[in-house]
Amino acid sequence: MIAELGHFALILALLIAIVQSILPMVGAQRGARPMMDVAAPAALLQFGAVALAFAALTHGYVTSDFSLKNVAENSHSLKPLLYKITGVWGNHEGSMLLWALILTLYGAAVAAFGRNLPPALKARVLSVHGMIGVGFLAFILFTSNPFLRMLPVPPDGQGLNPILQDPGLAFHPPFLYLGYVGFSMAFSFAVAALIEGRVDPAWARWVRPWTLVAWCALTLGICLGSWWAYYELGWGGWWAWDPVENASFMPWLSGTALLHSAIVVEKRDTLKGWTIFLALVTFSLSLLGTFLVRSGVLSSVHAFAVDPARGAFILVLLVVAIGGSLVLFALKAPNLRATGNFAPISRESALVLNNLLLATAALTVFLGTLYPLFLDVIGGDKVSVGSPYYNATFVPLMVPLVLVMAAGPLMTWKRADLASVLMRLRLAFGAALAVALVMVIVTRGHEALAPLGIGLAAWLLFGTLKELAERIRLFQAPWEVVRNRLTHTTRAAWGMSVAHAGLAVTIAGITVASGWQQEAIQTLKPGESVTLAGDLYRFDRVEPRPGPNYSAEQATVTLSHDGRTFATLHPSRLTYPLQRMTTTDVAIHTDGFSDRYVVLGDPQPDGGWIFRIYYNPLVPWVWFGALIMVLGGVLSLSDRRLRIGAPVKRLKRAEAELAA
Amino acid sequence: MPPENKSTLGRRLLFLLPVAAFVALAVTFALGLGHDPTMLKSAMIDKPAPAFALEPVMADKPGLARADLGGKPMLVNFFASWCAPCRVEHATLNGIAASGIPLVGIAYKDKLENAQRFLGDLGDPYQKIGLDLDGRTAIDFGVYGVPETYILDREGRIRFRYAGSLSDEVLKTEILPRLAALERP
Amino acid sequence: MIRHLLLGLLLALALTGPAWAVNPDERLADPVLEARARALGKSLRCLVCQNQSIDDSNADLAHDLRVLVRAQLTAGDSDAQVLAYLQARYGDYVLLKPPVDPATWALWFGPPAVLLIGGGVLVARRRDHPAAPIPLSAEERARLDLLMTDADE
Repeated sequence: MIAELGHFALILALLIAIVQSILPMVGAQRGARPMMDVAAPAALLQFGAVALAFAALTHGYVTSDFSLKNVAENSHSLKPLLYKITGVWGNHEGSMLLWALILTLYGAAVAAFGRNLPPALKARVLSVHGMIGVGFLAFILFTSNPFLRMLPVPPDGQGLNPILQDPGLAFHPPFLYLGYVGFSMAFSFAVAALIEGRVDPAWARWVRPWTLVAWCALTLGICLGSWWAYYELGWGGWWAWDPVENASFMPWLSGTALLHSAIVVEKRDTLKGWTIFLALVTFSLSLLGTFLVRSGVLSSVHAFAVDPARGAFILVLLVVAIGGSLVLFALKAPNLRATGNFAPISRESALVLNNLLLATAALTVFLGTLYPLFLDVIGGDKVSVGSPYYNATFVPLMVPLVLVMAAGPLMTWKRADLASVLMRLRLAFGAALAVALVMVIVTRGHEALAPLGIGLAAWLLFGTLKELAERIRLFQAPWEVVRNRLTHTTRAAWGMSVAHAGLAVTIAGITVASGWQQEAIQTLKPGESVTLAGDLYRFDRVEPRPGPNYSAEQATVTLSHDGRTFATLHPSRLTYPLQRMTTTDVAIHTDGFSDRYVVLGDPQPDGGWIFRIYYNPLVPWVWFGALIMVLGGVLSLSDRRLRIGAPVKRLKRAEAELAA
Repeated sequence: MPPENKSTLGRRLLFLLPVAAFVALAVTFALGLGHDPTMLKSAMIDKPAPAFALEPVMADKPGLARADLGGKPMLVNFFASWCAPCRVEHATLNGIAASGIPLVGIAYKDKLENAQRFLGDLGDPYQKIGLDLDGRTAIDFGVYGVPETYILDREGRIRFRYAGSLSDEVLKTEILPRLAALERP
Repeated sequence: MIRHLLLGLLLALALTGPAWAVNPDERLADPVLEARARALGKSLRCLVCQNQSIDDSNADLAHDLRVLVRAQLTAGDSDAQVLAYLQARYGDYVLLKPPVDPATWALWFGPPAVLLIGGGVLVARRRDHPAAPIPLSAEERARLDLLMTDADE
């Protein structure tokens, strides 16, 4: 009964979305206010209906209603409650419903908080958003309906894949989708602006907060996914350039470019066509990610079960959404005119260079991900594109990007003095060079990448600190002035400094963790030990540990340094009888600077057990840095100037004053 | 920039570039939908079969070596007793043997007694069988997994590889026409 | 190996347990040779898995290939010879770093070309339009000032 209610709510949502995509657009074209005013309540209703459907499916999972095919195939009565709930989006149908829920949530947010948007713009934005909703709701209803019943009702479900039963992974998809889908806002705003034929600083100010929300969520989502892979899969790494990872990374790269180019539109009223283009591309890449994961065109360890009908449906969606918006772009964008000019050396130019490098980086990942498919369909030989390709192409792009990142914020708008900027950065440069030299000495010149990576991280960090110091006139003005400046520095400015510093932390983490990882693969019998990176790992014993839906063998490993015990770890091997699957439960000891990472392998005939032990220096910084970046984004988001509608009030005031 | 002089054809074409790129992408995807990314063409096509010399599996039959290949078009079948699809295709293999097409077998990473029991239970369609205990010969052939069947020509060159379970249907559409073409002088 | 939950799930992983490779009994005694074998292993694709190197996979074929690589290194082959040996049998598909040939030119040179062309266009455009600022009208200036009053400059 409740499931039928959910099914009905979903159909209702589709109908509302159809209305929302047609009426307000027609109204905006004709200047008919009542038709435009349909948009906001429709967006709110559509969200309500999808939320109801989502709640109904969740109810099916929580109560283990195995008459629902989706629940029977993906859940099990013995599963812990948390994983019953997160199991809702642990499968194709449910995850699409989550997608739609988040999509309509954004639409509802614009409806609720966008009161100060010009009515025509708001109507068009919500109309475009409604069209995306139509596409995805129809996709769910026609190809991926989670509310289908099955007869006879099975006595129990087939269970959720054990490696997905993990808190890190449970919350990874919602954040990832908040990011992916969040870029639909920038997309809708861009299409609306193209239809209106007008892009101005106010437009950029409206788009920026939505982009920032999406960017923060996507950063967090990627970070969670990478962290989950690190501790759950037991292979000691955190990023593998897998097509599905790349699918989330591409919109992140172009979304980052979009955030920066929108600043130029906002401050300098130029780079409009490019910014619109990025807004279209970023959401297109999000859609592409959805397609790649669900169509079976690429082989990935993470792909969903393959279904060509779904693939074909999403392909049609892609053609309409991406193709349509790009055609609109080709027709309208050439008429967008910039007013602001800038010199080759200026803040604008630095941001343009940032955009060029980020766009090239996104293109690199795009080609690497899709080239094998491309060659395959044109009848060429099969090729594989793996990490060695990205190390050779992507990584070199990051070097100039980071070099510019430290200098850009010190440049003035319109025209900057490069010599002066470099002079101001001489201390930061000297310090970074010193750090790099220390690394050369530490590695005895054997490693070229480590000094470069650490030197770049130091350069970025010191450069960012220098900019902050200048902003608050630290050491240059009396303390009262500094304090005053400190309190008056805008949140957006803090956000930038924090986010840039976060990237410096991540770069340091990536460099050290890839360059200095140590590994021991060893068969140990109880009582035996192995030394790795100066630590002694003693294997004490293995004992059985019962679990709710698995049985486990749990080892006890004692870690000591110079005879002093500092940690006891319990790596285990889990057997899920239902899925006939064995997974590994990694044990990690972290001190915030380095991880000791122990994996229990298979038992050997001689009574020994295989152990894989890693010493991963600075690896936590990879994720700390990402969290700091998110913090920077949130700080920026809290800037009152970015509050939705703020520019309008001031603009109205301005117009009133001008008229007076 | 003066607004009037730049809205030229060139500028408009520049803005059409993304559309063109997307059309190419969409076509790629449309073609890709019908593709199975796990299907692979063998890199060994038109190359001579690798050198090998394998121990026999059955007491009454010789082992298999490179020298046994060639002379006339033939089939080389990789199988294993532990592989379920191999069981499925065995009836087809027996049919091939009955029709007189030259067929030799290589037992891939199998235990001798298991392979013997497998052939004892299901019938032995092979003229000669070699035991590839460490899978090295299979790697030299470019084998991904069993079962795989190779068509060799008179000169002992690999002309076709079929990955997966043979069926009478596959035999008729994929194998026999190619063999017939190789038979022609 | 990340992302997207739901993984319709990795058949390879599902059937064979945790994704980990190199077992103690495969390893070579000579640390230099073993280090070379590990590096080679990371650049060779596990053919029956999806996007894993033979070093990361515990598939049977991956194990056999690791053993083969080590045998060849022990026999004195160079890294390039080992790669060429496998490439001859399994094609370019086995290499995680695709070879540079006409079919992969777009893959390898596409991004640098875009970077160069993009950079060139930007430089050319800046030359076309030296930064002679177009003066704002009084109205524009007033609007802008009000809009940007608390800008950070």
